[in-house]
Amino acid sequence: MTNATSAGKASPISISIRDLRRSFGHQEVLRGVNIDFPRGKVTTIVGPSGCGKTVFLKHLNTLLRPDSGKIVIDGIDVTSVSRGGLDAVREKFGMLFQAGALFDSMPVFDNVAFPLVEKTRLSRDEIASRVRETLAAVGLEGMDDKYPSELSGGMQKRAALARALIRRPSILMLDEPTTGLDPSRTRAIHALVRQTQQRFGLTAALVSHDVPAVFEISDHVAFMHEGKIRVYGTVAEVTSAHDELFERFLAGKASGEESPAAAG
Amino acid sequence: MKMVRSIERLGAWIIDQIETLGNFVFFLFTAVFYIVMPPYKPRLAIRQLRSIGADSSFLILLIGAFTGMVLGLQGYNTLSRFASEGALGSVVALTLVRELGPVLAALMIAARAGSAMAAELGSMQATEQIDALTVMAINPVQYLVSPRILAGLISFPLLTGMFDSIGIIGGYVIGVDLMGAPGSSYMNGISQNLTAHDIMTGLYKSIVFGIVVMWICCYKGYHAQRMATGVSRATTEAVVMSSILILLWDYFLTSVLL
Repeated sequence: MTNATSAGKASPISISIRDLRRSFGHQEVLRGVNIDFPRGKVTTIVGPSGCGKTVFLKHLNTLLRPDSGKIVIDGIDVTSVSRGGLDAVREKFGMLFQAGALFDSMPVFDNVAFPLVEKTRLSRDEIASRVRETLAAVGLEGMDDKYPSELSGGMQKRAALARALIRRPSILMLDEPTTGLDPSRTRAIHALVRQTQQRFGLTAALVSHDVPAVFEISDHVAFMHEGKIRVYGTVAEVTSAHDELFERFLAGKASGEESPAAAG
Repeated sequence: MKMVRSIERLGAWIIDQIETLGNFVFFLFTAVFYIVMPPYKPRLAIRQLRSIGADSSFLILLIGAFTGMVLGLQGYNTLSRFASEGALGSVVALTLVRELGPVLAALMIAARAGSAMAAELGSMQATEQIDALTVMAINPVQYLVSPRILAGLISFPLLTGMFDSIGIIGGYVIGVDLMGAPGSSYMNGISQNLTAHDIMTGLYKSIVFGIVVMWICCYKGYHAQRMATGVSRATTEAVVMSSILILLWDYFLTSVLL
C-alpha cells in the first residue's frame, strides 16, 4: 500500500484502489474492492446490475467519498486531499457519463468547448481549433450548431466523448458507454473508444455489462460481484478462469437474483 | 420493546429532519458565499436576470394592472358608502405598495420562473449534468445556484416596483376615469400619504421573497430524485413551499415592520 501512495507519474499503475468500502444505510455496497488500473491500458469492470460497479465508478471519479479505503490516482490519494487538491485530480481525467450528460441548453460546439472556456485562459481561436480537432477525432464534424436533443444516441455519446477528451486528460472513465445503442452502434462506439485510447495513450477505466462484446477492446477485465472484485486478469486469463459465477454471468444467467442484499 | 422501537424511529426521524434543515440552510450559505467570491461570472447572472426578470415582466404588468383595477373598483364602491372617494388613491397605493405588490409579484414569479428553475435543475440532476460539472472541477452551486439567487435578489424588487406602478395607474383608470372619483385627490392622496417607510417596507419584503423563492426552487430542483417522478415532484414542492413561505414571511415581516 505504501508503494501505491508514493507511485509517481512513471509508475506502471495509473489508478490503484485498496480495500474500498462504502455502505448506504445498512446496505454494504462496496465490500473491500482491490484493483489496479495499468497505465495506458483499457481495464473493464463487468458485473450484473446491482453488483456495485456504478457506485464504484462514482468513487473513482471522486463524486462519492468512501467509508474507508484508498483511491490513488497518479500518486495522489483522493480520499485524503483537500478540495483544491481534488480539483487538480479532476483535471487529470475525462468522464463519459452513461447518458452523455451533455448540457442540453448548449449546442454541441459549446458543450465540447465548455471545459476549456470555464477552466483555461485559451483564446477563442485556440478553443475553436481544438474543439474542431477533437470533434473530428470522434467523427462528429459539421454538427457544431446542433443541440443534444437533435442528435441520435450514438452521436450524443461521440459528443460527450469529445467533451471528456477536450482537456487532453491522461485517464478516461466511461460509465456503460453503449447503453441504449443497437449492436452496430455499440461496435462503432467500442471501436472509437479503443481508437482514441490508443491514439492519446490513455488509461481507460470502463464499466460495462456489455459482455462479451466489450472484451474486444479491453486489455484487462475485472468481474465484480457483491461489492468485491471476484475475477481479475487479462481477457485471456479471465475467460479461462473457470469461475462459476462469472461463467453464469457470461452465459446470461442472473446471478444477482441470488443475493438481493447486494443491490447497488 | 415496541415502545423502544417507536422512540427509536421518532429519534431517527428527528435527526433526519434536522439534517435536512441543516443541508437546506448550508445550501443558501454556500450559494451566497459564491456570489461574493471570485471568479465572477456576470454573464451567467445576466442570463438569469433575463429569464427571471425580463421574461416575467409582461405577466407582472398584466397581473399588476388587473389588481390595481379591481382595487379601484372595490375601493370606490366601499369608500363611496362613507362619502370618502377622495381617499381612493391612498387606499390603492398603500395596499399595493405595502402588501399586494410584493406578495402577488413574488407568487407570480414563483409560479412562472421558480417552477421552470426547479424543473431545469431537476432534469440536470436526473441526467447527470450536475455530476458532469463536478467532475469537470466546476462547482455546480457556484455555476448554477449563485447566479440565480443574485438575479432573484435584483429582479424581485424591480418587478415589484413595476407591479405597484401599473397597479396605481390601473386603479386611477377605473376609479377616476370610469367610476368618477376626483382625479386630483387621487394623486394628492398618494403623494401625501405614501411615505418612504411604506416604500421601504415593500422593498424589504420583495428582497426577502426574492431570496426565499430562489433558494427553495433551486434547492428542490438541485436535490430532485433521479427518477421519472423526481422532477415533477421537485417542481410541485418548489412552488407550493415558495407560496407558503411567501405568505408566512409576509405576516412576519408585516408585524415587524408595521
